[in-house]
Amino acid sequence: MSIKSELKEKGRSIIEKSSAAVPIHMQIKGAHLFQKAKNTVFKREGFPAFVEYDIPDVMSLELKDIDVSNPFLFKQNCWEPYFKRLRDERPVHYQKNSPFGAFWSITRYEDILFVDKHHELFSAEPIIMIGDRPDGLHADTFIAMDPPKHDVQRQAVQGVVSPQNLKEMEALIRSRAEDVLDNLPINEPFDWVERVSIELTARMLATLFDFPYERRRDLAKWSDIIGGAAQLTGGAGSVDENFTAAAEIAKAFSELWRAKEAKKAAGEEMGFDLISMLLANEETKSMVNRPMEFIGNLSLLIVGGNDTTRNSMTGGVLALNQFPDEFIKLKNNPSLIPNMVSEIIRWQTPLAYMRRVAKEDVELNGQTIRKGDKVVMWYVSGNRDERAIDQPDQFLIDRKNARNHLSFGFGVHRCMGNRLAEMQLRILWEEILKRFDNIEVIGEPDYVQSNFVKGYSKMMVRLTAKS
Amino acid sequence: MGNITFIEHDGTEHIVDIAEGKTLMQIAMDNLVPGIDADCGGSCACGTCHVIVDSAWVSATGIASDEELMMLDMTPEKTDTSRLSCQIKASQSLDGVVVRLPEFQM
Ligand code: HEM
Ligand code: FES
Repeated sequence: MSIKSELKEKGRSIIEKSSAAVPIHMQIKGAHLFQKAKNTVFKREGFPAFVEYDIPDVMSLELKDIDVSNPFLFKQNCWEPYFKRLRDERPVHYQKNSPFGAFWSITRYEDILFVDKHHELFSAEPIIMIGDRPDGLHADTFIAMDPPKHDVQRQAVQGVVSPQNLKEMEALIRSRAEDVLDNLPINEPFDWVERVSIELTARMLATLFDFPYERRRDLAKWSDIIGGAAQLTGGAGSVDENFTAAAEIAKAFSELWRAKEAKKAAGEEMGFDLISMLLANEETKSMVNRPMEFIGNLSLLIVGGNDTTRNSMTGGVLALNQFPDEFIKLKNNPSLIPNMVSEIIRWQTPLAYMRRVAKEDVELNGQTIRKGDKVVMWYVSGNRDERAIDQPDQFLIDRKNARNHLSFGFGVHRCMGNRLAEMQLRILWEEILKRFDNIEVIGEPDYVQSNFVKGYSKMMVRLTAKS
Repeated sequence: MGNITFIEHDGTEHIVDIAEGKTLMQIAMDNLVPGIDADCGGSCACGTCHVIVDSAWVSATGIASDEELMMLDMTPEKTDTSRLSCQIKASQSLDGVVVRLPEFQM
């Protein structure tokens, strides 16, 4: 075996083969050191950081030069005309040389539905972000697996967010929301992202996992890191941070797992939380011994349930400020809240896309996608497609068919946490209307640098109490 | 003209006319039968139009495709006679069919 292939082989198996006696987080640290050493041997350069510049007017570009993987499109809030031009002029668009390599963009609603539905033509493996995953950190997560492997893994965990289970958690989630809202300053500017959106999402996830409540903000931190590497999504973070976060997640959750396992062995009553449910299921009760699956599934839930709901919480407030008549409509008719929640999720589209790889040559809207090509389904564009949605740029809380948006994806990977996300947003707005007459957004929000997470890092607001 | 009976999870019955050629999902939506979301508009891609066919009607309504079964596997309330109502076309031969709605759509 050559040194090169030997190293490769070792890298792949270093975690799988480590003895079960070595704690998972130590194994990840080992893999990380190994990866660093390998990069030194081969003098490989890390993925370069993105340097911000002013995004030009899309009409000044040739079609072939349009690159919607640019992580500043959302940061500078200038994405709408870019995607509109692609939808109108080249709905299946090829970008040959992006920093993430070549990729196809699918921008119309119907075409996105087609790609998402046809998992036999378009594979979700190896990852669903536009970039390539870091060597050595190949965690197994079912969002990036094809059937039938995907189905087995999903079925093992989906009970935790089933509506039946959510009913059990609703009262606790509501009381935590009430507590956050009751402690907000009135008539005084504060950051809604920090005080409400991040805090509430962290509390919800801590509830879902029965994770130590005082450490809940770690969940938000890990989520930001995992989704934020330059190499994956054009974010401001690095792959090194990813390894560190994975090790921390492994440590914290292995401890939690062992504690629950001991509880179960002692015959104590188990809760409705994720780990209790995994321990109760034959398929998954020894998942902790399969480190990459363990890390993968936990990271998926931590990330899946984090920025998405968080940014919908902020996006809803922003939308009601940009469309003030809708706020009046809402106050006059709070029974519109469930419909508004769907409209918020469409309007915000917290995850801009999912990525696939073509498994064979496919004709789509006049273009030939070749086997092996990367294909990006831009939900954020499909949700504004005039061909499928009436007045798509308007935010209308009583929109007809508001549920028919793309934000949760379609097909076998359709968002598993959609009911949880909807419930949280419904509770938030029910409790907001009980307390406040107005939430005024002050100035412009700060948007996140990423081509994947469409969100906010800061949004100053001022509350008026209900008279 | 014949009819279809949708029974909500709490037992409420809705007897509605058959509209030839439409799917059971569309008929339920047109008649404002609660309990079906139909998030994907009938593309067999969301699973939120789940119904449970009365066992006497299973052969008349036909069997689910593989694609449909995959979507049905995503709901914890799936039963042996579960179907996606957007994949069942209504016709006179379904006159009198009874389908039950799950407690939740997923
Ligand atoms: C507004 C909030 C949310 C949005 C917009 C969202 C969006 C998405 C999208 C676009 C997908 C992929 C769909 C596809 O490939 O077709 C997905 C999958 C997933 N989401 Fe969500 N999500 C949200 C909230 C949540 C929450 C709260 C959780 C859990 C705690 C969660 C867990 C998952 C999981 C586990 C998957 C993988 C499903 C699979 O591959 O079978 N999500 N989500
Ligand atoms: S309406 Fe979506 S699967 Fe039937």
